[in-house]
Formats: sequence, structure tokens, C-alpha cells
Amino acid sequence: MITPSSVTAADEFHAPGPSIFDLPPVFEIGSLGVTKPMLQLIVAAVVVFGFLYLAIRKGTLVPGRLQYAGEEAYGFVRNSIGRDIIGSHDFQKFTPYLVSVFFFILLNNLFASIPLFQFPTFSRSGMAYALAGLSWVIYNAVGMKKHGVLGYLKLQSVPSGVSPAMYPLLVPLEFFSNILVRPVTLALRLFCNMFAGHILLVLFATGGFYLITEYGGIGYVAGPLALVLAIVVSFLEMLIQFLQAYVFALLNAMYIAGALADEH
Amino acid sequence: MMSTHLFLAAAEGEEHNPLIPLWEEVAISLVVFGILFFAIKKFVAPKFEATFAERTKAIEGGIAAAESKQAEADAKLAELEQQLADARHEAARIREEAREQGAQIVAELREQAQAEATRIVDHGKTQIEAERQQAVTSLRAEVGTLATTLAGRIVGESLDDDERQSRVVERFLADLEAGTPGVN
Repeated sequence: MITPSSVTAADEFHAPGPSIFDLPPVFEIGSLGVTKPMLQLIVAAVVVFGFLYLAIRKGTLVPGRLQYAGEEAYGFVRNSIGRDIIGSHDFQKFTPYLVSVFFFILLNNLFASIPLFQFPTFSRSGMAYALAGLSWVIYNAVGMKKHGVLGYLKLQSVPSGVSPAMYPLLVPLEFFSNILVRPVTLALRLFCNMFAGHILLVLFATGGFYLITEYGGIGYVAGPLALVLAIVVSFLEMLIQFLQAYVFALLNAMYIAGALADEH
Repeated sequence: MMSTHLFLAAAEGEEHNPLIPLWEEVAISLVVFGILFFAIKKFVAPKFEATFAERTKAIEGGIAAAESKQAEADAKLAELEQQLADARHEAARIREEAREQGAQIVAELREQAQAEATRIVDHGKTQIEAERQQAVTSLRAEVGTLATTLAGRIVGESLDDDERQSRVVERFLADLEAGTPGVN
């Protein structure tokens, strides 16, 4: 927790920087330092699986409260992300993946606002890269399996309904945007939102305490204001945390749908 | 605690570009997510899908059952209506038949009565004719005798000559029958 005493140690205010994300290992296994975000990954996976598993364990026709909640959660991703985007013909195969992606990211994002965790897992770029890279492998593999390697590259690179004279210009562009850029934007969108949101929160919180305890004078007015703003920003962050998980899963579904499509 | 480390880290100058990933973080993310994915795929998704399918089936089954019940009721209603119409038809037919039979009976009775009346009248006529004939016959004999006797008396002679007498009487009677009496 952020305490005034830790701030008073420095006479001058140190704005929180990228280094606040470099947490020391909680414990070490051999040479691998296990940090808090790593543990959060595991907790998130256990909670997501545990919730869904317990909810549907009985699988009765008339659901109880827990089963109803589980069905709503699962059905939300299955229907509004999977079926609506990929189409009712193919979506079943991808439902487990989309459900895992959405709830895994959602919970890991929400950790930023849950007491005791208070750290967004995906503000560690490596973790965002991992999921984005996996999604890149999946949608390309799905496309290549359906259309063949060349057929798939043609599907993604050659726009239909455009005169061949434009191909020299459009084909590299399409290839670049559909094959190369997608995983990068997918990863950076998630990573940067979580990174920036957390920095903002820490800035408001530590700054507020600094103003109250160290600055004096106008600091007694500005400090509490900053803390109130920190609360406001927390709520904004919760919205962003949900949205980023939703967008990540939605884009995954769209990429898969695009790879399965018959025409560009 | 966090900010303590933050300031310690900053003080030690361990600035690490946040865009550069740590390989162990990439690896653990993939492993943890992979395990979650396979667990969801194996233990969670099939149960959800089975429950959804079962529920859809139950609802559709309920609708189908209700539809078949409805059809059954419709069929029964149609059958009853048919029976009612048949009964009405039958009643009308029986009424019509009764009316016809009644009319026929009346006609027959009338005919019988007519025949009976005719027979009685004929019988009466025959009897009257027979009696008349009888009367005529006896009258004729009596009138003959009477007239002869009377005439004998008047004439004073016996007209007992049978041959003559019967000739006279015959002539008289013939005249009488012809409506032109010989004696004025």
C-alpha cells in the first residue's frame, strides 16, 4: 500500500515512472523470480475456470443462481462475440478460446482495481505480447487450414473489387495491415491502456499524499482534490479494464472471421 | 510497500524499457493461458453447450407436445361436430319418413273407406234390385190374377179359358211396361 511515510522519505516529489512496474520477486524458484503479475496470472486462471466449472457442474435445465450467472457470462462471449462475429456455422469451435481470452484478460485487468492485487497484469508487456502472439498464430493457422497457405495469403493481401492496376500499391499495404500490424496493435492496445491507467492512478494517489503531507499551504486543498480524482479515475479505469478485455476478444473473433471468410 | 520498491528501484537506476518483454513473462503467460484454455475446452464448454442444447430440446419438445395435444383436441372436436351433424341429419330423415308414412297411411285408409262405401252402396243397390225384381214378379202374378178375376166379375163370364186369359194379361202388362196402357 501507498503510505505517506514512504513518500516523506524524499523531500522532493518523484513522479511515478515506468520503474513502478518492475516489482521485485515475491519468491524465487531457482533463478526464476516469481513476481506478483505472474501469480496474478495463475490466480486469474484458477478463478475463471473455478467459477465457470462450478457454475455448470450440475448443468440443470432450470438454472440456480450460480449456474445462471455462469450461463450469462459464458453466453455473453459465446453469442455476442463468437456467434455474432464468426457466424453460426463456425463459431462453436472457437467459443472455448474466446471465453478463455475474454475472462482471463478481464480478471487480470480488474486486478488493477481489486484491493491487495492492485496491479494490472498486462501492464507487463511480455504478457500482452504472449496473448497477442497466440491470437496471431491462431487466426493465421485457421485461415491457412481452410484456404491453404497461398490461398490464405491471397485472401488477406489481394482486395476484391479493385482493378489489378492498383495491386502493386494495395497488396503490400493489405499484407502489412492484415498480417504484420494486427498482433502489434492488439498487444500494444492492451498493454498501453493498462500501463497508462496504472501510472495515472499511482500519480494521483502519491501526488495527493505528497501535497497533503509535504507541500503545505495550497497542498491541503489540492491534495484531497487529487485523491478524489484518484477515485474518479479508478472508476474510469474499471470501465477501460472491461472494454480492453472486450475489444481484445472481439478483435480475435473478427480476425478469425476474416480468415474464414470466402472473400476479402 | 509498492512505492518503497518504486523509489528504491528508481534510486538504484534500474530503468528498464517497459516495451521490452521479459522472456519468462511471455512463457508463463502462454503456459497459464494454455492450461486455462484446455481446461475450459475440456471441462466447461461441453457442459455449457450440452445444457443449452438440452434446454432448447426441452422447450422445443414442450412446444411439440402442446401442438400435438392441440391437434388431437381439434380432431376430436371435428369428430364430435360430425357426429352431431349426422344425428341431425338422421333425425330429419326419420321425421321426413314418418311424415311420408303418415300420409301414406291416411291415403290407404281413405282408399279402404272409399272401397268399403262403394261396396256397401253396391250391395244395397243389388239387394234393392233383387227385391224390386221379386216384387215385380210377385206383383205381376198377383196383378194378373186380380185383374182377371176383376174383369171376369165385370164381364160376368168366366175368363177361365187359360189360353186367352194369359194372352190378355201379357198384352196388358206389355203395354204397361211400355208406358202406354192399352186400356184408357
